[in-house]
Amino acid sequence: MAIRSRKSKSDYGSIYRGHEGQWSWILHRITGVAVILFLFAHVVDTAAVGWGPEAYDRITAAYDNPIVRLLELGLVVAVLYHSLNGLKITLIDFFPRLVSRIRPISIAFTAVFVLTLIPTAWIMLGQAWDLARR
Amino acid sequence: MATTTSPRPAAPPDAREQALGRGRPVGGFELWTWVFMRISGLLLLVLAVGHTLIMHLPAGGVDRINFGFVAVRWQSPFWRTWDWMLLMLALLHGINGLRNITLDYVHPPGWRFALTMAYYVIGFTLMVLGTVIVVTFDPTRWGPVG
Repeated sequence: MAIRSRKSKSDYGSIYRGHEGQWSWILHRITGVAVILFLFAHVVDTAAVGWGPEAYDRITAAYDNPIVRLLELGLVVAVLYHSLNGLKITLIDFFPRLVSRIRPISIAFTAVFVLTLIPTAWIMLGQAWDLARR
Repeated sequence: MATTTSPRPAAPPDAREQALGRGRPVGGFELWTWVFMRISGLLLLVLAVGHTLIMHLPAGGVDRINFGFVAVRWQSPFWRTWDWMLLMLALLHGINGLRNITLDYVHPPGWRFALTMAYYVIGFTLMVLGTVIVVTFDPTRWGPVG
């Protein structure tokens, strides 16, 4: 186990970590950064309610755009992936014995992710399409 | 022997490390943030995923969200509490995530310090801004709600 009570340098020195968990690991980072960057903007746009209906509705009008709606779909997918993969990490960390079944667990989580993704994408692409036709 | 050319010790082949990429720190602040990321992550699984699905999927999606929507929604202390907890936990979780990534990839101490401080300032500012708005928001200042 990597022992680090205090961080100094990256333990591995590069993006490539050389094992099969690396893809979920790098996706976890990318989706996490995407969500926190959106959150920075989202706290500010929501705070506009404090300045009344005109301010809030004008700022949130920025989201009324089919391209932005596609980015929104990306956001929802990022939240779903990061949440499910985070749950997998937490599960293994709190019940280390499960690590011997990491493969079926990973497959199960991927299946849940894809099954959630399909209806979500269907609904949100429909919304973007409706907006584009208006 | 020059330290810059000495080989980095090979990572121990711990199964959990291989599967997930980050082992549990042995103690101190890093252990607490490690535990916090997992506990807040479990709460955010409900708060953030719930929030995202509620806001985006029902008929109309985000089209139905305007000032009146927020005014009606925040009449309920339940949703104000939900949104405030989401605000705080998501910012703490996300800021610590950015800090972790920075410690992994940014090595010059000055840059590390500057970036980490920037995250703390942004996070703190947004927590204060969001908390003030969630607590003090009173839509009746702009007319009746509903």
